[in-house]
Amino acid sequence: MSIVLSDLQAGESGTITGFVNENPTTARLMQLGVLEGEHVDVIRRAPVGDPIEIRILGYSLSLRGSEASLVYVDTGSST
Amino acid sequence: MSTSSQPVIVTLGNPNTGKSTLFNALTGMRQKVGNFPGVTVEHLRGETTIGERHVKVVDLPGTYSLAAQSPDEMVAIDVLLGRIEEVGHPDAILVVVDANNLRRNLFLASQVLELPLPVVVALNMIDVAKSQGATIDAAALSAALGAPVVSMCAARGEGLDDLRRALETALDGTAAARKPVDPALHDAAAGLAQELSSPGDTVSTLEAVRALIDAGGYAETRLLHKRPAAASRLAAIREQLGQGRSLATLEARNRYSWINAIVNEVEQRASDVTRHSDRIDRVLNHPVLGSALFVFTMAVIFQSVFAWAAPLMDAIDGWSGSLGELVAAHVDSPLLASFLTDGVIAGVGSVLVFLPQIIILFAFIILLEDTGYMSRAAFLMDRLMRWCGLSGQSFIPMLSSFACAVPGIMSTRVIPGRRDRIATIIAAPFMTCSARLPVYALLIAAFVPPHKYLGGWVNLQGLVLLGFYLLGMIAGILTAYLLHRTILRGPTASFLLELPPYRLPNPRSILIKLYGRALIFLKRAGTIIFSIAIVIWFLASFPQASPVSAPAGDPQAQVRHRQATLEQSYLGTASKTVAPLFEPLGWDWKITAAVIASFPAREVVIAVLGTLYAIDAEDEGSLIDRIKQSRWPDGRLVFSLPMALGLMVFYALCLQCVATIAVMRRETNTWRWPLFAWVYMTTLGYVGALLCFQIGSAITAA
Repeated sequence: MSIVLSDLQAGESGTITGFVNENPTTARLMQLGVLEGEHVDVIRRAPVGDPIEIRILGYSLSLRGSEASLVYVDTGSST
Repeated sequence: MSTSSQPVIVTLGNPNTGKSTLFNALTGMRQKVGNFPGVTVEHLRGETTIGERHVKVVDLPGTYSLAAQSPDEMVAIDVLLGRIEEVGHPDAILVVVDANNLRRNLFLASQVLELPLPVVVALNMIDVAKSQGATIDAAALSAALGAPVVSMCAARGEGLDDLRRALETALDGTAAARKPVDPALHDAAAGLAQELSSPGDTVSTLEAVRALIDAGGYAETRLLHKRPAAASRLAAIREQLGQGRSLATLEARNRYSWINAIVNEVEQRASDVTRHSDRIDRVLNHPVLGSALFVFTMAVIFQSVFAWAAPLMDAIDGWSGSLGELVAAHVDSPLLASFLTDGVIAGVGSVLVFLPQIIILFAFIILLEDTGYMSRAAFLMDRLMRWCGLSGQSFIPMLSSFACAVPGIMSTRVIPGRRDRIATIIAAPFMTCSARLPVYALLIAAFVPPHKYLGGWVNLQGLVLLGFYLLGMIAGILTAYLLHRTILRGPTASFLLELPPYRLPNPRSILIKLYGRALIFLKRAGTIIFSIAIVIWFLASFPQASPVSAPAGDPQAQVRHRQATLEQSYLGTASKTVAPLFEPLGWDWKITAAVIASFPAREVVIAVLGTLYAIDAEDEGSLIDRIKQSRWPDGRLVFSLPMALGLMVFYALCLQCVATIAVMRRETNTWRWPLFAWVYMTTLGYVGALLCFQIGSAITAA
């Protein structure tokens, strides 16, 4: 449970497992389909690494590192 | 439901669903832009014929959810509930859904479908979905949603007739009672709404739903403002339904599982189709290549704005000049001639002269928006702009302001956070706009020696000009930075930004948008610029000086008469009265008068200086000579390098542009921000000019 979306590098993907806390930002993320059980791909990072572009529900969404760090992901690897 | 008056259809949908194209296809050119009272969002109103009926169509800004954190986001709810007087009570809702992004788009649709109103769903851009091998069973979707679904491609006008028929049926019928996604929540909200309603002050179920779900949001704030006692009821229901989780989380889960069940039934989609956008983005959003292309694109846009607008602006200048001469030649009364040429024609000219570059700039901005590149630009620039206290979406408005702050401020509408938006609006007028250039050019040519360095590659005059560009940028950035740490302080607005697929823009849609924005400029800014031009003409022309007796046809006599009139006019006397205030800046009454006269529009200063120094219009060479010889009564020269630099600093920092003020008023929907900006920038300009003159004079004296 300790990996968050902002830890992922471009090209990596995972399954969303939960949120660090519940606040208006996570509520917005959930309305946009960033939801437990959904598959997420990190497409790229902007210059200097922030914001990041993800693919969720088949569309592209850009979010800042501070927002991506609220989302727990499971990358499937044991490390 | 409004039966007596015109029927009302409200269109609603996610951003990037082709909603505005669909609205344009329905209503054509007869659209009005309107503001809602007390908020900064605007809506479009148009009219169309549905069957036999003449219908009003109201287009709300794109949104992903009815959840409202701010008054701006609450507007959608108030419109749907019929609480906005100028819209009226909606008779049908048209939800526009992107067929290529069905799941996320159905989130908003599922919220709207819970309203007791007839709803029609437009399944737009079905052609793109088909081309990517996706099929959507519209009939099955319609059955699942409990509302008619019309497959269409608004950009090509396909499905428009079907849509009109569906809307006609919707206007004829009554709403089918649809089952809410979360009946327990819906029932609790309905009960709460009834409990809190009093005669003449009803609470709707939708308001109660949003107040319960969006804890700390605007629906709750508004509800509790009138009924503080309801707080405990909200808490109790949340506790009972949420069982430790927030209702917002539950809403998202429930709606998306409801949506997933439907979409799995009605949609077949080929997996693993590489979208053309992905291929384009590999280049355009590449950290290095993409950034280089971005800088190149911006440079091209910027160059074209100046290269294409300059000849048109010169032409408009020329036309108003020759029209003025024509009038002067045919009107006998010199006063009437002066009113027509210096007042009316010059006033209209000073409005029109902005139009070419505003239109060219808007054309580029709309093109960037409609192709989908705008959000990529925001993605690339976000980190840099955040460092300045702004956000990625502030970049294009700030860049536009280097040509003219008017389109810059009007394009801040893409910035979702209210605080970021206002900071951008206040910072934008600091950017060196093209109206400042003639002032800089005149003063630099007159007072900065043309020293050359590095074998002629670097020119001191050019360096000074560059310095003023930098001064504006730094002042703007520092202002945004300070605002964010003082009056606009608050949690950082979220930067959840959809990067929509690249699309070929629709020419008709671009033209309609361009026409709309040009019209806004002409109506809002144009009328104010024009009226102020007339007022300034009046103040500078009355009371009239007695005619100078001179042989007829002596042009110098007329010029001297104009000079004498200006000197004893209201403007002249007022300038002499307040001149001591500006003496610490090194200004005499003439410069004071020119600066005051140029508050409506800064480029006017040159014409006023011309009159004051009795130069026949627009002869810059002799104007420079006269300025250089101008002396104080004690024989000292008025213009010195420190004073000229100070004057330029004043022009760099001051908000001398009525058009900008008018547009600020329009975009913030209050006089508070334009007034703040004016006082702040004028103070900054005064202090800057004062420091520049005093320190500069001390250095040159030493």
